[in-house]
Amino acid sequence: MASLISCPHCGTRPKEEFYIRGDATPVRPAPLADDEAWHDYVHVRANPRGRIHEHWHHAAGCRRWLVVERDNFTHEVFAVTDAAAQKEGAA
Amino acid sequence: MRYSAFSILKQAFAGNLGWKPAWREPQPKPHYDVIIVGGGGHGLATAYYLAKEFGIRNVAVVEKGYLGSGNVGRNTTIVRSNYMLPGNEPFYEFSLKLWEGLERELNYNVMFSQRGVINLYHNDGQRDRYVRRGNAMMMEGVAAELLDRETLKKMMPFLNFDHARFPIMGGLLQRRAGTARHDAVAWGFARGADRLGVDLIQNCEVTGIRRENGIVTGVETTKGFIGCNKLALAAAGNSSRVGEMAGLKLPIETHVLQAFVTEGLKPCLDHVVTYGAGHFYISQSDKGGLVFGAELDGYSSYAQRGNLATVEHVMEEGVAMIPGLSRVRVLRAWGGVMDMSMDGSPIIDRTPVENLYLNCGWCYGGFKATPASGFCFAHLIAKEESHHVARALRLDRFQRGFPIDELGAGTQPNLH
Repeated sequence: MASLISCPHCGTRPKEEFYIRGDATPVRPAPLADDEAWHDYVHVRANPRGRIHEHWHHAAGCRRWLVVERDNFTHEVFAVTDAAAQKEGAA
Repeated sequence: MRYSAFSILKQAFAGNLGWKPAWREPQPKPHYDVIIVGGGGHGLATAYYLAKEFGIRNVAVVEKGYLGSGNVGRNTTIVRSNYMLPGNEPFYEFSLKLWEGLERELNYNVMFSQRGVINLYHNDGQRDRYVRRGNAMMMEGVAAELLDRETLKKMMPFLNFDHARFPIMGGLLQRRAGTARHDAVAWGFARGADRLGVDLIQNCEVTGIRRENGIVTGVETTKGFIGCNKLALAAAGNSSRVGEMAGLKLPIETHVLQAFVTEGLKPCLDHVVTYGAGHFYISQSDKGGLVFGAELDGYSSYAQRGNLATVEHVMEEGVAMIPGLSRVRVLRAWGGVMDMSMDGSPIIDRTPVENLYLNCGWCYGGFKATPASGFCFAHLIAKEESHHVARALRLDRFQRGFPIDELGAGTQPNLH
């Protein structure tokens, strides 16, 4: 896995075109949320073994932010979606 | 059995039939004073120093595989203390001092070799940064030398001094740094701990942490329940998973780092050298193979293997630094999974759960820390307070605003 990423806009591309931001599950708290909430968001990670969601930026392609769902033990990729589309889907 | 010239001679005449196993294979007792989860370098060192320095001998180390099957058996063996920040430098220097006496202390040949570590620089900004680092080391009483291009050319004529983008201008040298035989370190600590009465329980995976009224009372394992007064976690790579069993959420992500070794060559590389333009480091093992590694694969992973794109990238960096490397065959590649903490520095601390102690977040630099990590963790468990060189390595430092951001990369684990 992760030598190739299937961008929903550009097709299958080498991972060097992408920038990996990391865990996509933490949700940014309100600007005036308490320190605890910000600490959780900035520092603390669930870090499970198995299926995870991750933010990847197609920096050398369509420049869209993507959410890659994959297994971090088997390296199997289940889905790649546009981050904006996923946000709408969740709302 | 103590190893000595006499014991070798005696065994030679007896046909080498009298050597005994270096440690016992005990069944778990129902209860221990301290249980350490993780039979790697740090767990074994903790057990050893608990018994040796702090007199707590009713100790068990439980390991899901065999001793040393994790990161201590999967690293590039480098030992150094060329750190910069006040919270880190005294700790790693304490570790280097322990390394210097380790073979005598353990009565075990860990092949500790102080061949020197050189960090190369390629531009004026990098030189200034290494001058600052060298000064910071000297302020802690650790020797550092700045080498210019001409000196380096005499020492290592095979480096690519005239690279178009990254010409080598010089390097920062720590002479006391070097390498050690990684497996022997695990075996030496295991044998030392065993001789002091510590039970080393292999093939025993922890499946749960039992708590009563919020207090840890023992661990569920594949060999049944084992009770304890204190539980110490040293399960690097899997800290989040073990911590979760006690309800902990940690500032840790697990990532994979690959390393490589080439076919055996005659002695050609006398030092450990790091390539400042990238994140490449290389040394020659005593068997002759060149051992090298570079950056993380970048994404979180629990698989002890990486991807080929990173292999290609590492080779590119290596060949940019030493063009002759392109003619050498790589024999093996492997990956270790490691705790990447949010500031790139480790954590040795108590946890919010009573009787639960935590040693994690070593990123990919845990090997050099093995003796000090064990010593400081044992100090914390035995005396209920941090050792003075490990006081900055607290779990709550992120929350309080005191991270030790050695690399200056901020709170992003895949950048450290």
